[in-house]
Amino acid sequence: METKTAAIEMRNITKRFGPVLANDKVWLNIYRGEILALLGENGSGKTTLMNMLSGIYFPDEGEIKIDGKEVVIRSPKDAFDNGIGMIHQHFKLVDVLTAAENIVLGLPGKLDLKAASAKIREICDKYGFSVDPTQKIYDMSVSQKQTVEIVKVLYRGADILILDEPTAVLTPQETDKLFAVLRNMRNDGKAIVIITHKMHEVEALSDRVAILRQGQFIGDMLTKDTNAQEMTNMMVGHAVSLNIDRPDPVDPKPRIVVKNLTVRNLDGIVKLDDVSFTANSGEILGIAGISGCGQKELLESIAGLQTVESGSISYIEDDGSAEELVGKDPLSIAELGVSLSFVPEDRLGMGLVGNMNLADNMMLRSFRRGKSIFTDRRSPRALAEAVVQELSVSTPSVDTPVRRLSGGNVQKVLVGREIASAPTVLLTAYAVRGLDIHSSYTIYDLINRQKKAGVAVIFVGEDLDVLLELCDRILVLCGGKVSGIVPGRGAEKREVGMMMTKLGGQCHE
Amino acid sequence: MFDFVSFIPRAIVQGIPLLFGSTGETLTEKSGNLNLGIPGIMYVGGICGVIGAFLYEHSVPAPGALNPFLAVCIPLLSSLLGSLLMGLLYCFLTVTLRANQNVTGLAMTTFGVGFGNFFGGSLIKLSGADVPSIALSRTSAFFSASLPFSGKLGWFGKIFLSYGFLAYTAVILAFVCAYILRRTRIGLQLRAVGENPNTADAAGINVTKYKYVATCAGSMIAGLGGLYYVMDYACGVWSNNGFGDRGWLAIALVIFTVWRPNIGVFASFLFGGLYILHMFIPSGMNLAVKELYKMLPYVITILVLVIVSMQKKRENDPPASLGLSYFREER
Repeated sequence: METKTAAIEMRNITKRFGPVLANDKVWLNIYRGEILALLGENGSGKTTLMNMLSGIYFPDEGEIKIDGKEVVIRSPKDAFDNGIGMIHQHFKLVDVLTAAENIVLGLPGKLDLKAASAKIREICDKYGFSVDPTQKIYDMSVSQKQTVEIVKVLYRGADILILDEPTAVLTPQETDKLFAVLRNMRNDGKAIVIITHKMHEVEALSDRVAILRQGQFIGDMLTKDTNAQEMTNMMVGHAVSLNIDRPDPVDPKPRIVVKNLTVRNLDGIVKLDDVSFTANSGEILGIAGISGCGQKELLESIAGLQTVESGSISYIEDDGSAEELVGKDPLSIAELGVSLSFVPEDRLGMGLVGNMNLADNMMLRSFRRGKSIFTDRRSPRALAEAVVQELSVSTPSVDTPVRRLSGGNVQKVLVGREIASAPTVLLTAYAVRGLDIHSSYTIYDLINRQKKAGVAVIFVGEDLDVLLELCDRILVLCGGKVSGIVPGRGAEKREVGMMMTKLGGQCHE
Repeated sequence: MFDFVSFIPRAIVQGIPLLFGSTGETLTEKSGNLNLGIPGIMYVGGICGVIGAFLYEHSVPAPGALNPFLAVCIPLLSSLLGSLLMGLLYCFLTVTLRANQNVTGLAMTTFGVGFGNFFGGSLIKLSGADVPSIALSRTSAFFSASLPFSGKLGWFGKIFLSYGFLAYTAVILAFVCAYILRRTRIGLQLRAVGENPNTADAAGINVTKYKYVATCAGSMIAGLGGLYYVMDYACGVWSNNGFGDRGWLAIALVIFTVWRPNIGVFASFLFGGLYILHMFIPSGMNLAVKELYKMLPYVITILVLVIVSMQKKRENDPPASLGLSYFREER
């Protein structure tokens, strides 16, 4: 390793956003023929650091050398000229254009889509992707879009690739395919940087890891010489436990019984087909499935936000009396104690209002209470302060608009508010999407506390490893149908993955 | 019998200002700027042409002959300059200062109409006319001059060749814009800016430059619509508020054509026809009925909106970031 010359040397890089120090004197080397995993908690400056390579930001101090020569990267174009290509977490693609049009976007010269398509096919053949150059982006799945992004940077002749959380939205199978492609590129002599939160991916894929904490470079080492525990400790700065707690359910009783639920969306497409299951109190029911397989519709049906075509959803009281939820409006369902903390793809879309401050967002749940026509502002404020303190939300004050907080903190606020309403049923989707390992564990902990308090938790997740460790039972959805329900203890990841993609597998229970 | 030979040319001359306006606005909207100042900009384009022509006509005493080249160029350039300044002002407010586009646009329309009426009124006073309008018939003669042999070709000449040069310019500009948007790299990049400026920026496209250039070019094209209206359609007679609601019709036309300038050519003639249909259909003395006919273009635009949204074809949607200002470091 020592004999290699660095493709990129970042020396003494500092970047400030106003008073916030995002990167503080960072030194980082990136080598060709190697996959580097960049690790750090949310807000530790990983993306900022990489954005300075891709020309989105400009460093305040320090220098960047490429192949030993000092360069100045002022714009994305400069980055391309230096052979650096970045695949952002949020895809930078224009929906109404075709793959080929997106790939040639911003390049000089005459527009010749035929020649471009030929070159795209050539790249695809070389590394083993498949992209249809004439397909429109809005017709593509997430993993196809990501492939277009990768082809886009390769098309520009990039030999240094940066991927910002590429696996966050992929199924295990798609992830494997992506990793195969990345290994092909590494063997072809390209330098690859991957930002991720998932430890097992780091261990499976990378050759070397570099760790940032609070904007500072902590260290780098060969992946084979380290382990998940050590890396996490370095990220967080102190020893943490990596095991997700799973207390045994205490006295589980049926709380929500769903029978033969069928739901169509507005376009008339069946999103849920004959779904039946029971969620027990004091238990976490995980929902696994490829995104868009009806998870959203399932939660929304229970919360009364979705028109149900047929089937029933009953809420069972402690004394055993049942209440039908289908046909009830969201308000009366919420009063029964069913609480929805839904984290959609753009964290703020549902549940929180970005431009309103923390206290006002707390009020979104409680504004109907109070005696006079004036709203009660004092108690939501107290609640906001309590949530900030208990969940250690990092925010300047409770008067800060939620939009300004980082993703993890936004999620803490949302989950904190939902839990504060003392629910009997907690519905949560993608609660830890995009969160670093430390914040994720805070959220798992919160959910576990609810479980111990006898709440029936329905947890829609995307990371199978987490689902397998956290949930008591896992319901696998495939194309809107129940592919099976497996007990969380002792379930096989492979098997659940298979059930996600193909109906059936083996059905337990 | 409905008189098509006289109806079609009149529909076309009605349609030309709308075509200029909608081509300009389409170009602007493709960059993500919703310029509701178009009616004001067209009005300013008209009055600036009038000011130029007025000054030039008055520098040459009445019996003297005007230099044809100067008589065309002076109003043309002053009109372009006026609408360019309006476009720049709009860009400065919405792109550089990131002001709300709707508010800015509406303010520009109010401003443009006031500007036009103020200078229109001043010129009327200067010219000492006893009617509240200025007649620039000498300049107008150059703008409305058609090919000399068009009169001899019967109905063919009347329908196709009886217009001044600006009318043909409008049609050519519309087709050129359509070609640029669909087939060239500049067009592709402009569409990317309007759809998703973040992506365009990351691809190395200068978003601010594209927005400025497209909006200013669009304003200048729209301004020509105002110039055509006074110099050719109205035979050089400027009267305050004579331009009417044509600017809004031009914006409706953009939606009607689902952001395609080539469709705009035919759609503008259709709108022009609908706009004057009431003069050709005997409706008696009932003015209310005439006003109902004038509504037709808007009714049809609403119908098109309904049909297009029922189709749910992504290509027929407005540019995705239309009306939003872009800031790179927004989170």
